[in-house]
Amino acid sequence: MNESVAPLQGFVRSDGRKGIRNVVVVAYLVECAHHVSRRIAQHFDDLDVHLIGFPGCFPNQYASRMMRALTTHPNVGAVLLVSLGCESMDRDALREHIAGSGRPVDLLVIQETGGTAATIAAGIEKVGAMRTELAGQSPVPMSLDELVVGTICGGSDGTSGITANPAVGRCFDHLVAEGTACVFEETGELIGCEDIMAERAVTPELGELIQACVAKAERYYRTMGFGSFAPGNADGGLTTLEEKSMGAYSKSGASPISGLIKPGDIPPSGGLYLLDVVPDGEPRFGFPNIADNAEIVEMIASGCHLTLFTTGRGSVVGSAISPVIKVCANPETYQRLSEDMDVNAGKILTGEASLDDVGEEIYQRVKAVAAGERSVSEALGHQEFILTYKSFEPIGPGCLPVRQV
Amino acid sequence: MREHRSVSSDALILLHPDDNVLVTTRSLPEGATMTLDGQPLVLTGALPVGHKLARRTLAAGDKIFKYGVPIGSLLAPVARGEWVHMHNMTSDYLASHTRQSGNQTTSSSQESHS
Repeated sequence: MNESVAPLQGFVRSDGRKGIRNVVVVAYLVECAHHVSRRIAQHFDDLDVHLIGFPGCFPNQYASRMMRALTTHPNVGAVLLVSLGCESMDRDALREHIAGSGRPVDLLVIQETGGTAATIAAGIEKVGAMRTELAGQSPVPMSLDELVVGTICGGSDGTSGITANPAVGRCFDHLVAEGTACVFEETGELIGCEDIMAERAVTPELGELIQACVAKAERYYRTMGFGSFAPGNADGGLTTLEEKSMGAYSKSGASPISGLIKPGDIPPSGGLYLLDVVPDGEPRFGFPNIADNAEIVEMIASGCHLTLFTTGRGSVVGSAISPVIKVCANPETYQRLSEDMDVNAGKILTGEASLDDVGEEIYQRVKAVAAGERSVSEALGHQEFILTYKSFEPIGPGCLPVRQV
Repeated sequence: MREHRSVSSDALILLHPDDNVLVTTRSLPEGATMTLDGQPLVLTGALPVGHKLARRTLAAGDKIFKYGVPIGSLLAPVARGEWVHMHNMTSDYLASHTRQSGNQTTSSSQESHS
């Protein structure tokens, strides 16, 4: 059963979590500091120096919470914050939060550092020193019950719900049995599945909360005027949102649903969790998730060490902070884009493999990438990142019946 | 090697016994012949991989079942073996959109420029 995959190793953080990577993050605190930050990160051309940031100048509690969660994610070893100087993000509080986690952190304010060129030069020096410091750190043994894995589908088509998504579901069942926390999301793409999903909740109260959460998503998208359905989905044979939902839903596998979390909430134990990514209250800031990477970033903020990304039409994205593993659903897409894919689930349609075979292959990839092997998008240098305005209420007590005291 | 006329039975997949549509497991040309529920079928149009075709003759208003659950309703009658997609069915929840949907609100103001 046990194949010769290297044992997991992780970098221990002060909160007890372990990271499968040890990246330096350069974070801009407003769009005005984006270019300077990009130049600092690009200078190193390093798979472990990542650029993230928030573009807005207005204050937003969600964005602040996300930045705190992301800069203290277990995969992050050190952080350089880059501020223009007049934006709303509370840079000092963010810096203190990161310093309180024991990570090396520094802050550059462009208006006080002498402008673009001087800040880029200063940033390169600081990130260089952080890399040297991180190079001296050693990982320790880590087990699967310390891992958090997310899943998302992007560029779905009529094959996604038959091959890649149920295969990820098999992998999730396997991981949950090992004590891993697994996260699925996009309640806007679970419209139509709320009742069958509620039946899998570990308590009736959680089941009702899941139904209410999907009803919220339907209401929100109706106000926006579009469902979470892209033209490419139709090109690939999907006709309706509920058809897409049924395919997407199969990524969750068959385990009981242990909890309902929101972006930034960390699963308290192993098990299967639904991440609610649709804002609370009246629609205010536009579409809940403007593209796949916004959801990936929210799963990372909830602690995901890596993301399983299923695609039929052929997405190529990766992510900053946590590696993305690509599972291609469509055998014809795989022929065109094989160099962007980790796993060919299209083999199920051509009769070369069973769902269980591909589920096992994904499980082995999870273990290999968690042990340090680069995923395909990671090796190609994909480090996409999106963070926008949103607003959420805190989760209620019924959302996490298994919360550990 | 892809057959041009006679297509083997694994070209279509029935995901659930209650379904009234099947899904193509590979792209199929117009005129391809296959067997559906033991009876011969000739495709009246090409179908890409992952698309749906009717298992039997269906009426406007009928629910379409896939994975054993309803995924929308027919807007028009379809013949056995006919393509089922956005031209003849719709969501029971939120309508799907196309690449052209984003232009609709501005189309009248753009007409004067074209």
